[in-house]
Amino acid sequence: MPTSVITANLLTKEYKGFAAVDGISFDVAPGESFGLLGPNGAGKSTTMRMVGAVSTRTSGELSILGLDPNEHGPEVRSQLGVVPQSDNLDMELRVRDNLIVYGRYFGIPRSEVGKKADALLEFAQLSDRAKSKVDDLSGGMKRRLTIARALINDPRILLLDEPTTGLDPQARHILWDRLFRLKEQGTTLLLTTHYMDEAEQLCDRLVVVDKGSIMAEGSPASLIKKYSTREVLEVRFGSERNAQVAEQIAGIGERIEVLPDRLLIYSDNGEAELARITAAGLEPMTSLVRRSSLEDVFLRLTGRSLIE
Amino acid sequence: MTVTLAPVRPEAARRSRFAGSLYAGNARSVVGRGLLATKSTNWAVVVSGFFEPVFYLLSMGIGLGVLVGTVSTGGQQVSYPAFIAPALLAVSAMNGAIYDSTWNVFFKMQYAKTYEGMLTTSLGPLDVAFGEISLALLRGAVYAAGFMVVMQLFGLNLAWTAILALPAVLLIAFGFASLGMAITSYMKTFQQMDWIAFILLPMFLFSATFYPLSVYPEPIQWVIQALPLWHGVELVRGLTTGALSIAMLWHVLYYLVMIAVGLVFTTNRLRALFLD
Repeated sequence: MPTSVITANLLTKEYKGFAAVDGISFDVAPGESFGLLGPNGAGKSTTMRMVGAVSTRTSGELSILGLDPNEHGPEVRSQLGVVPQSDNLDMELRVRDNLIVYGRYFGIPRSEVGKKADALLEFAQLSDRAKSKVDDLSGGMKRRLTIARALINDPRILLLDEPTTGLDPQARHILWDRLFRLKEQGTTLLLTTHYMDEAEQLCDRLVVVDKGSIMAEGSPASLIKKYSTREVLEVRFGSERNAQVAEQIAGIGERIEVLPDRLLIYSDNGEAELARITAAGLEPMTSLVRRSSLEDVFLRLTGRSLIE
Repeated sequence: MTVTLAPVRPEAARRSRFAGSLYAGNARSVVGRGLLATKSTNWAVVVSGFFEPVFYLLSMGIGLGVLVGTVSTGGQQVSYPAFIAPALLAVSAMNGAIYDSTWNVFFKMQYAKTYEGMLTTSLGPLDVAFGEISLALLRGAVYAAGFMVVMQLFGLNLAWTAILALPAVLLIAFGFASLGMAITSYMKTFQQMDWIAFILLPMFLFSATFYPLSVYPEPIQWVIQALPLWHGVELVRGLTTGALSIAMLWHVLYYLVMIAVGLVFTTNRLRALFLD
């Protein structure tokens, strides 16, 4: 049984009496892809900063590769790759130089770092932009360069904070593909996201975080199984009528969630529930049957949707 | 979960590479980054910093010098240009060091997130502070070395000890770079940054740069003697005119303290800002 590469026990971070992270505990095994899922302000980034050894915890225990990041900041950081939420690439340096200089910060010898930079540019599909200015790259390219930069020291754990936020769908898919390759190679990933599809694509296991606390933990599939039904029927009656209709159809499906713009009816057979609604003489403006997602899990656990 | 990673390296081996959480012994990589980044610098700005004291030397030293004649310093009479040139040499070291350690540092800290990026690597805050201060010191040293050449050409190095002015200006540049970065690290707005210029100008004009300290009444002399530039001016003037005295060691000590204070404050501030 491999030992955990990250162990957090009642990890807490307070800012002026406010607990941004309030006693969370989790373990990440080597090679695992672990996610922190939650809305903005849930404490995900603060957790990432503590794991990344750039923020000291207020209380609790934290061990990264067997080391306490409070005591051994530079040592811990030397074995991590960090992709921060907002790109902090070095705008004064060109694309390839960004990798070289970053590698030098880790003390990688000049003779090695050039080869590494070229291999990583290849991986990030940026070889033809080696001499470009960072400013001239697109958002997706900058993100890929940031990921390449985070890999320059052969990190044992890669920390990704909202890796695809702000990217267009195509750029996201390219990025997911790259991250998936890393995962296949056995890189341990710790990522935060507020995108369900991202968590489902990349995470072996995740915790749902809200207001600094962990609400649930498990694989995406097991969380959906535990906290939601197989299918979800979404119906819209117009924002005026949704709440009123919800009372009329009470009893249909296992559970009904009333959102401002639509009703969610949880059931293992969405089509059958839709038939019951129409049989009751109600005609929804639109209807959709879909599989349950982590969004539904989050809604169930917190009573709120992730992206508001 | 099937992948086995390399065993965690033994504690002892890692200890040797990192001295605590502040310093990884790799400030040179920060200097390297700075040198690479200067390729994209606005060179007109850099060069103008060197010429400023040269212009003062020409206008005041040569122009005004005709009216002034000689000045008494360290028990000897020297020409007016030879009196102000060492002061301007100290000023050029200060200018170079301040240029890098204030505005450049401010930009990297507040806007470019350069230090934030550095501190997610195995670098510690002391590596960043030391590297950036070294870079600023380097610019001061380059300005000063250029000015030394100008002085030599004009025959303003009066004694062989003038050669010792080179390490002296390194010390001066180090002091200003260190303190400059420390102060800048506490600045949050452009308005606050303007205060630095507001303090530097009078210090430049009144630190016995263009006339001896003795023209001031005693209380004012105390104030001037508390300021860093006066110590630099006196140190360099003693060396280029050959008027040595044991009291010059106090000037050296002043700068050593300034360097230490700057490093301590900069390191603490970087840690507070980026490693909270």
